[in-house]
Amino acid sequence: MYQYDQYDQAMVDARVEEFRDQAQRRLDGKLTEDQFKPLRLMNGLYLQLHAYMLRVAIPYGTLNSRQMTALGDIADKYDRGYGHFTTRQNLQYNWIKLEDAADILADLSKVEMHAIQTSGNCIRNISSDHFAGAAHDELIDPRPYAELLRQWSSFHPEFTYLPRKFKIAVIAAETDRAAMRLHDIGIQIVKNEAGEVGASFYVGGGMGRTPMIAPQIREFVPLDQLVTYAEACLRVYNRYGRRDNKYKARIKILVHEMGAEEYTRQVEEEFAHLLEQGVEPPLAELERIKPFFADPAFEDGPKSIDRSDPDFALWVDRNTVRHKHDSYVSAVISLKPVGGIPGDATGDQMRLMAKLAKQYSFDELRVMHTQNIVLPHVKIADLHALWTELEAADLGAPNLDTIEDIIACPGLDYCALANARSIPLAQRISENFAKNGRTEELGQLKLKISGCINACGHHHAGHIGILGVDKKGTENYQLSLGGSEAEDVSLAKITGPGFDEDGVIKAVETVTDVYLETREDGERFLDTYRRIGMTPFKEALYDK
Amino acid sequence: MNILTGNDLKTGEVVWWDGQNWSLSVHDAVDVGDMGEQILAAEEAARRVNVPYALVASRTEEGVRPAHIKDRVRALGPTVRRDLAVPTASKTGWDWVI
Amino acid sequence: MTSENLHSQDLGASPDEVQFRFRNDEPADHGTVTVDACCDQTNATAVRIEPGDDARVLLPFLDRLALVEVNFPTFGDGRGYSAARILREAGYKGELRAVGDVLIDQLSHMRRCGFDAFAPDKPLDEEDARRAFEGFGNVNQSAADARRTIAELRHE
Ligand code: HEM
Ligand code: SF4
Repeated sequence: MYQYDQYDQAMVDARVEEFRDQAQRRLDGKLTEDQFKPLRLMNGLYLQLHAYMLRVAIPYGTLNSRQMTALGDIADKYDRGYGHFTTRQNLQYNWIKLEDAADILADLSKVEMHAIQTSGNCIRNISSDHFAGAAHDELIDPRPYAELLRQWSSFHPEFTYLPRKFKIAVIAAETDRAAMRLHDIGIQIVKNEAGEVGASFYVGGGMGRTPMIAPQIREFVPLDQLVTYAEACLRVYNRYGRRDNKYKARIKILVHEMGAEEYTRQVEEEFAHLLEQGVEPPLAELERIKPFFADPAFEDGPKSIDRSDPDFALWVDRNTVRHKHDSYVSAVISLKPVGGIPGDATGDQMRLMAKLAKQYSFDELRVMHTQNIVLPHVKIADLHALWTELEAADLGAPNLDTIEDIIACPGLDYCALANARSIPLAQRISENFAKNGRTEELGQLKLKISGCINACGHHHAGHIGILGVDKKGTENYQLSLGGSEAEDVSLAKITGPGFDEDGVIKAVETVTDVYLETREDGERFLDTYRRIGMTPFKEALYDK
Repeated sequence: MNILTGNDLKTGEVVWWDGQNWSLSVHDAVDVGDMGEQILAAEEAARRVNVPYALVASRTEEGVRPAHIKDRVRALGPTVRRDLAVPTASKTGWDWVI
Repeated sequence: MTSENLHSQDLGASPDEVQFRFRNDEPADHGTVTVDACCDQTNATAVRIEPGDDARVLLPFLDRLALVEVNFPTFGDGRGYSAARILREAGYKGELRAVGDVLIDQLSHMRRCGFDAFAPDKPLDEEDARRAFEGFGNVNQSAADARRTIAELRHE
């Protein structure tokens, strides 16, 4: 894992002091809220429905046990004993006091963490594959490149007042576990025909009110020009992205309105110019970063599992994933207990996960964009012991990628922008399917819920998506089908008129019934939908 | 009735204008008639409240009830964490929110 | 400390509302013209860039320019940062002045993008500004100033 040196540490420490000063100036009345807001947002501090909310960056979703422990301690010391892991692989605290914010940042900096650029119109925390460094199918570990970009994007002097927020994802496998093409820039590390490693750039994806899939604009950028190319992409955006309308300000709109070809042409021109300026960090920096992500000392061990305990066997089947070393697996800790709040974890649970990571996973954890936690490197021999401890802490739900593994944004229970609540839907749907026993039969089924058009809950990318809308002051829900955030990326389509809360829960059952009746061998819900189209689902939903 | 709400600048807590001061209970909210803008400007300038706004509510047997569901959630707390409800508002019960 | 040429007596003492200036030459004392006018007029030596202007159209005239003002109508409109860097990258050596909604917390980034004079709409607190100009000790990106990046320092 990456470790700060004195430069990284000094930078974060300086930022804590800067923010302490800014917060004090706000409390002293030297700054108005209008002036303070962009500054607090640059430090991840929002004002939400009930209180201030602090969003902590977890770079490329990777953290160690010390960091996870600190997150748990902060939840207990400054918040109400819990935090919310998000689809952006970050953590949010819901009940923060402005007076405490600088102290929390200071506590975070002690474990090499921060909340910098987790909000505001700047380059946000960079996301990546949650199985990076463990996946059997990756070309190389994408995180050194993500780290290089993290450094480049931190306090970028030119790109701190962009037209709108900017999100970058980096992956290095054909399987896309990071919704790469739904980011402002998606980067896939690839090999060219000559066998050299480089980066494919996809620009202009996103969700929100106008979801778009990013087109590829460059097949291969040599690694010693990666930062320069990103800089060119950003400069064209900073200069020409729309600023007249906040809803049209994301780069996806620029690429769409300008056309991917013209955007690419301008980027290439800027790129050629910037190459002469020498903005690329020395290649030695990448070489310095790489060893931090070297494989831990894997040992050969048993490769098979005693499946005599059926509950354990079910968890193994559902929640463990093949590892590049055949004596290991990646184990997913579900933050989706039946009837629970997706992504929430208590301080105690965080500390327990930290302990387990130390004991069983070379001190590493990952946050998934599906709001679960990964222990990336677990010995097959240790699985039973691990599972036993997880079960005891209500962290053993065997439901990865099933209909119980629901993504839900905070919704109207916490979020000031919401139209409707998301969490209660997730709770009731997971309870329903746990009760009717169909979870297993349904197989992979990604259900994603957002409480408003901003799509923080990825509803556009759900096999089944639910969007909360406001219907004359009451909560209403639109259902959509056929989205995917993976390598077979697609955007979901709305089924038709919306439903009330009970209605949409019933509607989810109805569409799963259609699937079970019409699926062919081996088809997932998504495959069946793609084969038969919307009509049969519509008929079942609306023709009574 | 027209009532005023905002968040406490220091703590972020949801507060309601009771005519003199900012209260944690929605039921203390008073009708400010058409004085809303004036009070908000003064209170914000005095840094006693952050991002305040006026809203419509009605007085019911269970106390003051904001017209919009969002403000009722603010008044009581997240419906999915009833253990964290604002204590002074809890006389209403959760059906009140929805 | 980044204020190579910033002398304390300069703070707030400059004419024509320039509050901070990091240059030793005489400030240009004539008004600016628009970018369009600058391109049409062969003798303009001072120009003002608005956010929607393309800084690159000025490149053929850089030799004759002594002052470029970049306007920030609102601090959140960051186009001026790119304009500044583009001019410096093209070798512009004259005064580059940030005007408009210029606030404390933008100063260090502006400085890094090549601004060397600041004329905020509302005068800034001098002590706060001094601290802001000092900025963070080190920097991550190469920009318009000559500062060596952290990555370069790591591998000297
Ligand atoms: C509760 C406070 C939150 C606020 C105020 C908020 C605000 C927003 C807004 C305004 C957008 C739309 C941006 C646009 O389309 O230009 C957005 C998008 C998004 N947010 Fe949030 N969000 C919040 C929480 C979250 C949480 C908890 C997550 C993760 C679960 C999240 C992840 C995302 C994602 C993935 C997108 C869509 C991707 C994209 O940027 O296009 N946000 N958010
Ligand atoms: S989707 Fe809407 S309701 Fe949900 S967190 Fe985002 S902004 Fe809030």
